[in-house]
Amino acid sequence: METELAVIGSGPAGLSAAIEAAKFGVKVTVVDENPKPGGQLFKQIHKFFGAEKHKAGVRGIDIGNQLLQQCQDFNVDVLLNTEAWAIFDNGKALGLKRGTDKIEKLSTKKLVLATGAMENSLAFSGWTLPGVLGAGAIQTLMNLHRVLPGQRVLIVGTGNVGLIVSYQLIQAGAEVVAVIDILPKIGGWGVHASKIRRLGIPIFTSHTVKKATGNGEVKGAVIAKVGPGYKIIQETERELKVDTIGIAVGLTPMAELAWSAGCQFAHVPELGGWAPIHNERMETTLQDIYVVGDVCGIGEASTAMEEGQISGIAAAESLGYLKRGKTEELLEEKRKRLDTLRGGPFATHTKAGKGKLMKRYYKS
Amino acid sequence: MRTLRFNGVLSEEELMELPGFPSLDVIEKGKPVAVIECAEKIPCNPCEASCSQGAITIGEDINNLPSLDAYKCTGCGLCIAACPGLAIFVVRKAYTESDALISIPYEFLPLPEAGEQVEALDREGKKICLAKVAQVRNSKKYDRTPVVSFTVPKEKCMEVRHIRLL
Repeated sequence: METELAVIGSGPAGLSAAIEAAKFGVKVTVVDENPKPGGQLFKQIHKFFGAEKHKAGVRGIDIGNQLLQQCQDFNVDVLLNTEAWAIFDNGKALGLKRGTDKIEKLSTKKLVLATGAMENSLAFSGWTLPGVLGAGAIQTLMNLHRVLPGQRVLIVGTGNVGLIVSYQLIQAGAEVVAVIDILPKIGGWGVHASKIRRLGIPIFTSHTVKKATGNGEVKGAVIAKVGPGYKIIQETERELKVDTIGIAVGLTPMAELAWSAGCQFAHVPELGGWAPIHNERMETTLQDIYVVGDVCGIGEASTAMEEGQISGIAAAESLGYLKRGKTEELLEEKRKRLDTLRGGPFATHTKAGKGKLMKRYYKS
Repeated sequence: MRTLRFNGVLSEEELMELPGFPSLDVIEKGKPVAVIECAEKIPCNPCEASCSQGAITIGEDINNLPSLDAYKCTGCGLCIAACPGLAIFVVRKAYTESDALISIPYEFLPLPEAGEQVEALDREGKKICLAKVAQVRNSKKYDRTPVVSFTVPKEKCMEVRHIRLL
């Protein structure tokens, strides 16, 4: 198989990269190991933030459908149930496994890695019991498969993911017994915290989960207050009767393919750990490989879409479909939009982290 | 006291300094008015676009807090469903002699029905009184964020922010 631009990952970043490049005439092929495209978008049943041009006020699930429609309109090929298991020749070819055992090679001129992130886990006594799940797994079960993972839930982590999943659990008919965080302050946005407090869900900051109790399945969770150095304060332990413990303690870029291809990395805690170095056009240190979305720093779906579009425009230019002047004009507009989305106090860390990644690019 | 970052609930002090919080004079006058409980600079502006009266201003930088011109606001409630943070309510203190009418976003099933008695909850989810549902609006424009209006005793109108079905 042959294409001009291969995109690995069909989440918001990957689809946006594909659509943007295809708009200018690039032949684009998207591959995704999942049976359905859209990445996390179809779990996001809440209305997105941002401005109108960032699709604010539209639910993630509807943005997913809009992007898939655009893929059709611009003749983007989307190969599902297709695993990209290797990158050859500095990004000029991919090894694919299609379905259960069919191995194929996809030759390409440019490559966008939009492989997303994976959830961080948290080790505590009993953490391997059935009933301890990632918050993302809860969302998948609940919002995609319409299966409620439990009736009484403890959520660990007060970032936006933990807060939003708590709200969705109530919508789905479960009870959220508490949301806890080891830090002294709530991590996510106040509006998400307020909307679950109104429902009567308590939020305990400076609290940690000590163990999951139960034999063969979760029957309870022992939580405790922490003091200086995040050490458990004696005699503050108490057991909550829960059948599910949802872990929402952050994400890590899923960057194995970029490592194996030979992209240079930097460790940037603000972005979730090791991330491939890139420039303002989302180019990695290998000139034909771009990275967009969570794989190059944990962010929001809205920023992932902007990064995707930037890479699509940059790739279209380098393939000869766009003139230099026009490209710069388009990129400038997208960068302004990204800056706006990262302009508030909650995005200060991400913005600083991105600055570090790009600084490293120009040093390399 | 500033409490939002610690327990998720806006304190009176925090509420009073919000540019989207109408002055108590306006609320006292009793006409329907939006109460925008948005206290953090996050990149978001659908409320501004939703207002046909130009009563909500965020401006060029979408990280600005929304500010409300309470005199332009008609209390129509279009902003309630438009706010992705579900942080906008409409309060009409002088609905009747004894009761205020509060409108809130309510994304749960089953939906209450007009005439139904429900529990009125404060910002911490505590039951503080009973409420009677007056209207449930769920037009296409609201995009699956129904707006429920209910009556509570007047003096509770700045505390009640949610309902629970009986």
